Amino acid sequence: MVRRAHGRAPLVAEGLFRAAAFACAGFVLVVMAGLFVVLLYRSRLSIDRFGWGFLWSAAWDPVRDNFGAASSIFGTVASTVIAMVIAVPLSLVIALFLVEVAPPRLARPVSYGIELLAGIPSIIYGMWGLFVLAPLMATNVQPAMQRVFGKLPLFAGPPMGIGILTAGLVLALMVLPFITAVVRDVFALVPPVMKEAGYGLGATTWEVTRKVTVGYGMKGIVGGVFLGLGRAIGETMAVTFVIGNDHRIAASLFASGNSIASTLANEFTEASEPVYLSALVELGLILFVVTLVIQVLAQLWLTRLARQAGSTS
Amino acid sequence: MRRRPAWPRKALDAAVKVASALAAALGLGFLAWILFVVLRHGAAALNWTFLTSLPSAPGGSGGGLGNAILGTALMTLLACVFGVPIGMLAGVYLAEYSRGTRFATTVRFLANVMMGIPSIIIGLFVYAVLVLPSGHFSGWAGGVALALLVLPVVARTTEDMLAMVPNALRESALALGSPHWRATLRILFRASRAGLLTGVLLAVARVSGETAPLLFTALNSPYWPRSLSGPTANLTVTIFNYAMSPYPAWQQAAWGASFIIVVGVLALTVVSRTLTRERK
Amino acid sequence: MTSTPPPDVAPPRPAVPEPAAGVQAPAAAAAKTKVSVRGLNFYYGEQQALFDNSLDVPTGSVTAIIGPSGCGKSTHIRVYNRIFELYRDQRASGEVWLDGENVLAPGVDVIELRRRVGMIFQKPTPFPLTVYENLAYGLRLHYRVKGSELDDRIEQALRAAALWDEVKDKLHRSGSALSGGQQQRLCIARAIAVEPEVLLMDEPTSAIDPVATSRIEELVVQLKATYTIVIVTHNMQQAARLSDFTGFFYQGRIIEFGTTTELFTNPKQKQTEDYITGRFG
Repeated sequence: MVRRAHGRAPLVAEGLFRAAAFACAGFVLVVMAGLFVVLLYRSRLSIDRFGWGFLWSAAWDPVRDNFGAASSIFGTVASTVIAMVIAVPLSLVIALFLVEVAPPRLARPVSYGIELLAGIPSIIYGMWGLFVLAPLMATNVQPAMQRVFGKLPLFAGPPMGIGILTAGLVLALMVLPFITAVVRDVFALVPPVMKEAGYGLGATTWEVTRKVTVGYGMKGIVGGVFLGLGRAIGETMAVTFVIGNDHRIAASLFASGNSIASTLANEFTEASEPVYLSALVELGLILFVVTLVIQVLAQLWLTRLARQAGSTS
Repeated sequence: MRRRPAWPRKALDAAVKVASALAAALGLGFLAWILFVVLRHGAAALNWTFLTSLPSAPGGSGGGLGNAILGTALMTLLACVFGVPIGMLAGVYLAEYSRGTRFATTVRFLANVMMGIPSIIIGLFVYAVLVLPSGHFSGWAGGVALALLVLPVVARTTEDMLAMVPNALRESALALGSPHWRATLRILFRASRAGLLTGVLLAVARVSGETAPLLFTALNSPYWPRSLSGPTANLTVTIFNYAMSPYPAWQQAAWGASFIIVVGVLALTVVSRTLTRERK
Repeated sequence: MTSTPPPDVAPPRPAVPEPAAGVQAPAAAAAKTKVSVRGLNFYYGEQQALFDNSLDVPTGSVTAIIGPSGCGKSTHIRVYNRIFELYRDQRASGEVWLDGENVLAPGVDVIELRRRVGMIFQKPTPFPLTVYENLAYGLRLHYRVKGSELDDRIEQALRAAALWDEVKDKLHRSGSALSGGQQQRLCIARAIAVEPEVLLMDEPTSAIDPVATSRIEELVVQLKATYTIVIVTHNMQQAARLSDFTGFFYQGRIIEFGTTTELFTNPKQKQTEDYITGRFG
């Protein structure tokens, strides 16, 4: 008869380990749920006081305890739109370079370099933005823009260097490597025979990329854009440094403003009143919900994409 | 049918190729610009005093950020102590015990989503959960906030790495009578250790440069971090405070701190990339 | 190697039979030759894959290229439209004459070459576009055509590929919604829409079910009235059914080339005979 050398201890150990691992996995669920609950709870003061009007009220008056999210939302949207408008086409073109144009010996280090951009912490972008880019904008770029477009309200106001446009530019730079990496991977995954079929008809590289590669990878590109969007919306430090910290909604790109994240970062330490604090938390709740929706949509989209790719290959 | 001339098509193709190269150069140019600026301004600030002494009074000169360096190191370490084991165990559960279940799909989905939540929201959350009830800011809260950023990254990398280990290896370990947990820790971890390490390093790189979560939890302090139960000095919030201040000495110090952060983060990134490359 | 064609229009022919013993000048060498290969060598990086290939593809015929896998059949025809140039480490030396012009010479308009020499791949490759747009793609590249003229050209090509009746109501549905055999015929339609002279087919039916395969084979026989077709196949019966001429490749060399009947009933090389009788491959 074979004697069990270990007794029941190993089963207990296995059970404990498994339970611990389960708890850790479940912890993720707990944190996500907790995030929502806690933010909601801490904004109740502000929600009770301002209701839905909070979303479109442009007020922001700590003295009279009257707060509204509109100016912060505006700044978030404006800077994000600028960032995406610049970053998405640039990413497509850089990905084109990396996959179709550059010889492999060049493509690898360039790709690596672009990815390093993604690793630079947000606050470093903020430092560069504030001390290098903003003065450059103020002395050279913005006056030049005003000379050319000065009549339009979009370019009105004193060229101070900081503001919505500069924030958008810095954001574009931060979002660029993320979208480029996704699009590059998408382009690389297009089956070579598909591209060969395009070239085989006598098309140039651009003609093949435009209709065949992009067409094939469109879903992946959209997923990448969503991910970049999510990151741009929640970006804090880089934007805080250069957006100007001004609760206003203005038509000019040169105007200073605020994003939700920059409002939180700038005013958190000053929020002594409970309503003030609650209003800030409610801003955070709005940001959380928006990024949550974007992330969930992006993940669902990418999951469906992966499943399709699996079924057709 | 009338034929289209070929030369405009080729010209457009050439133009696009040139434009794409310029765009790539532009991207790299910005990278070089940012790095150059940080290194140039930061190097001027760095000396032994800077690395080892306390900050000077506002407007004063001299002084350093020794406390902030220590604080950042401590809180990053704390983030790993909390975040890495929990993240790894979660990854193990997803890869080894619950593959294909709805639970695993949901957790994986949420971990991915969690990675995309702005770090400032995480900071706000920890503020509400730890700082408000206890009544004070603390380095512990800062560590917890950073740990929450580390957790999903480590969990997902661990799960991915373990999933890549061939089933044959897993089965042969179990077939020898090894309990699953021992097989995982001893054999499977060892088989994927480069990838696991990469995941941890990348998480650390990300977290050591974070500012927003610390704003709400550890805040900042001009003193050495003796215990972590009060506001704790750290490099990133210091950069925030100093850069926005009107004092040139402080702005200089902010550059020095930026230098340290950039060098640290890039070193970690490069090391973890090299690890991945060597595996392949 | 010369880089200009001989003064007259007749295709170049080697002064002496090729060094590789056993390569026959095709019995119909007196007929017009569409594609003439001379001394073609091919390299994947440092590794040589084709050794001194020479053959003549007669105009308006179906020429089959057979041989065991890895013998260089696909590599060979991929030189005709220079599609191999997409890959940096692949290179070819030698001459490939298309109607008196060496397509491997520098300065050749590759885009026009690829319009004249179409290619069908092993796996059907419908673009991620509608059926209509799949066909319009090639047309719009090379021609100024739109509106009803475009519609007509597309219909013409689809009819020529024996696909019109099946897709005329589905023109604006995705090309990938068609069945495998239909997708391959779509690719054929797409290739013939731009009015090529040669069609290269690289194992076009190996990924298609048998019923669809026979429809495509019928199509190939119909198409040779208009185009010169070179078809690579690992299916000897298919080669015997479809082709007028056959070349047998082995390990990067052309072992034998002749009329299909000759090659299959009376092979002159032992290797050819061994392959045909199934002793290897």
